[in-house]
Amino acid sequence: MNLRRLWAVVLKELRQMRRDRITLAMIVGIPVMQLVLFGYAINLNLRGLAAGIADQANTAGSRAVVMDMLATGVVAPVAEARTPDELVAMLRRGEISVGIAVPPDFEQRKAQGREAVQVMVDGSDTSVQGAAAQLAQMALDASTRAREAPPASTPPPAPIGVVAFYNPERRSAVNIVPGLIGVILTMTMVLFTGVSIVRERERGNMELLIATPLSRTELMVGKVLPFIAIGLVQTTVILALGIWLFTVPVRGSLLDVYFAAGLLILANLTLGLMISTKAQSQFQAMQMTFFVFLPSILLSGFMFPFAGMPKVVQWLAEVMPLTHFLRLIRGIMLRGAGLAEMWIDVVALLAFTAVMMSAAILRFHKRLD
Amino acid sequence: MNAPGDADLAIRAHGLTKRFGTLVAVDHVDLAVPRRNVYGFLGPNGSGKSTTIRMLCGLLTPSEGEIDVLGLSVPAQAEQLRTRIGYMTQKFSLFEDLTVRENLEFLADVQTLPRARAKRRIDELVEQYHFADRQRQLAGTMSGGQKQRLALACAVINEPELLFLDEPTSAVDPESRRDFWEKLFELADAGTTLLVSTHYMDEAERCHRIAILDRGVLVADGTPDELTGELAGRTLLVAAADPRRAQRALVGVDGVLSVAQIGNSLRVLIADGRGDARQRVADALARAGQKADIEETAPNLEDVFVSATHDGEQERAA
Ligand SMILES: Nc1ncnc2c1ncn2[C@@H]1O[C@H](COP(=O)(O)OP(=O)(O)OP(=O)(O)O)[C@@H](O)[C@H]1O
Ligand SMILES: [Mg+2]
Repeated sequence: MNLRRLWAVVLKELRQMRRDRITLAMIVGIPVMQLVLFGYAINLNLRGLAAGIADQANTAGSRAVVMDMLATGVVAPVAEARTPDELVAMLRRGEISVGIAVPPDFEQRKAQGREAVQVMVDGSDTSVQGAAAQLAQMALDASTRAREAPPASTPPPAPIGVVAFYNPERRSAVNIVPGLIGVILTMTMVLFTGVSIVRERERGNMELLIATPLSRTELMVGKVLPFIAIGLVQTTVILALGIWLFTVPVRGSLLDVYFAAGLLILANLTLGLMISTKAQSQFQAMQMTFFVFLPSILLSGFMFPFAGMPKVVQWLAEVMPLTHFLRLIRGIMLRGAGLAEMWIDVVALLAFTAVMMSAAILRFHKRLD
Repeated sequence: MNAPGDADLAIRAHGLTKRFGTLVAVDHVDLAVPRRNVYGFLGPNGSGKSTTIRMLCGLLTPSEGEIDVLGLSVPAQAEQLRTRIGYMTQKFSLFEDLTVRENLEFLADVQTLPRARAKRRIDELVEQYHFADRQRQLAGTMSGGQKQRLALACAVINEPELLFLDEPTSAVDPESRRDFWEKLFELADAGTTLLVSTHYMDEAERCHRIAILDRGVLVADGTPDELTGELAGRTLLVAAADPRRAQRALVGVDGVLSVAQIGNSLRVLIADGRGDARQRVADALARAGQKADIEETAPNLEDVFVSATHDGEQERAA
């Protein structure tokens, strides 16, 4: 590999990118748009959600808890029910978004510190779910403390159980933003390199390129390098916005975050290159990009919990860079884990990159036929 | 003119064949291009000129045949050739979203010219190829002729020993075409071998040697003089009162290969120079009631082209 020729390709790509307004806009526009859309959609501070109440205990304590919940203004009572089953039916019919069920043995459960009140939410609407989750956290706490200042010996305030129907995993911006870094990088990085080789072919530049001493490794590596920088810029934009708008924590080291992002960027760029050597047109390259993008989003654990998927699907998901990245980034940002503790995912991403890069280089021939 | 010796050949190809599926685009072509020559490559659309050039550059793998370019075996050793040849593609292949200078810089870099020399060479080319006032113009915004000039400048940035030019003047006006060919001859004088494909007969006439391809088959090969010499006695100039009707009378006459109106007279190419065909031309005109003067005229390369590509047609029909 000759550094001068490699540099020639990098410089050319950068110069072309500088003149490509749409690509430039995409680099910053996509992360900002996605983050704001996703983040706010989930963080909406909903008020007046239609609520159904089934207070089977009907004691002074249970009525106080229900009143406290209503007092927040998050939910507004629209229906009374006798049993939790009725609430479920109402939820299904869409008459209510939130069901509050107090079991007959409320006082006993509270005394034992078991789940005393159940808030059922229509999980098919994530914003409702988020709002209801907040609601559940504050209500019982406040009521127990305010009304009957408990003696030191009593067990901690009884938790309110939240059961989400139709969407088993509860999420919030805190959970979404780290994953969003991965989703955005998957979308833009694969697309950038995915069209890069076919574009040269479509514009007729390929015949010039392969008639020069440029080696295929120089060409491929030269096309990947500029986009690593772009990917890191995107990572920074998402991180900064996530911290600023949604106060997403970075509990681990920031360096680890960037390192993990770098690994995902490389994996996706090389995957894009591979696509580009196969696609016959830029349009085809885009189709292929979406063909890998959708399963990544659905199966990586970004949308649905990984553990709940069938074994075969889990194996399939293990092949996707996003799956490994999500484990890394959630570990680093939310749990404060270090990369070394999650070395398996680091190795998986590196291996993916190595395989894709070699495959792309081997598949590319300095020939027109 | 003697056939050049092997050592003096820049390109030697034997039995060169390229198939695309069932289509035989290039059919057992033998080529010998002497060094320091301007070698013209002629042929109708789709006759396999570009395909042949691509195989000679090592960009397409031949289905059959051997190629030796500058002493290297192609396509096996094609990579070693890359710094020694220049290739100007038929379709503009430079980067339209880079400026003139950036395109030149890119090629200087991939050819790994030493930096100081690269700068000198680019300045020199900008000067020679009249880009001084548009170095910062995007290549995509230039006119067709300017693009071709830039493509030539880029193709010679490494001062190649051998230059392949695929229809380099297709978008160039007549005067600029003369300039362009001046440049080509300067390169040849400086020792470069040039293989130029073209559809222009005046350009073909200026080549040291030419080859004519027809449907992938090499149908003529030699110096322009040799090729026109072979046609001696086969071109007639017919001066008729009504050239249009005279032309209609001659079409389809046995032994008449082509009839083209040139001003008020007809240029008739006949299959052989022995009295026979000429007599039939005279008879046909007489039958049509056309009084006409028939005289022999010196054949030109257009006649060679028509004759060569027409012969092939007849062979195939037989
Ligand atoms: N990649 C390809 N796949 C299939 N057929 C091809 C391919 N490239 C060329 N051909 C066919 O091979 C034949 C020769 O094409 P070529 O481009 O060499 O002609 P040419 O002499 O350069 O014509 P022109 O004067 O129009 O440029 C044509 O019939 C063309 O359709
Ligand atoms: Mg051609």
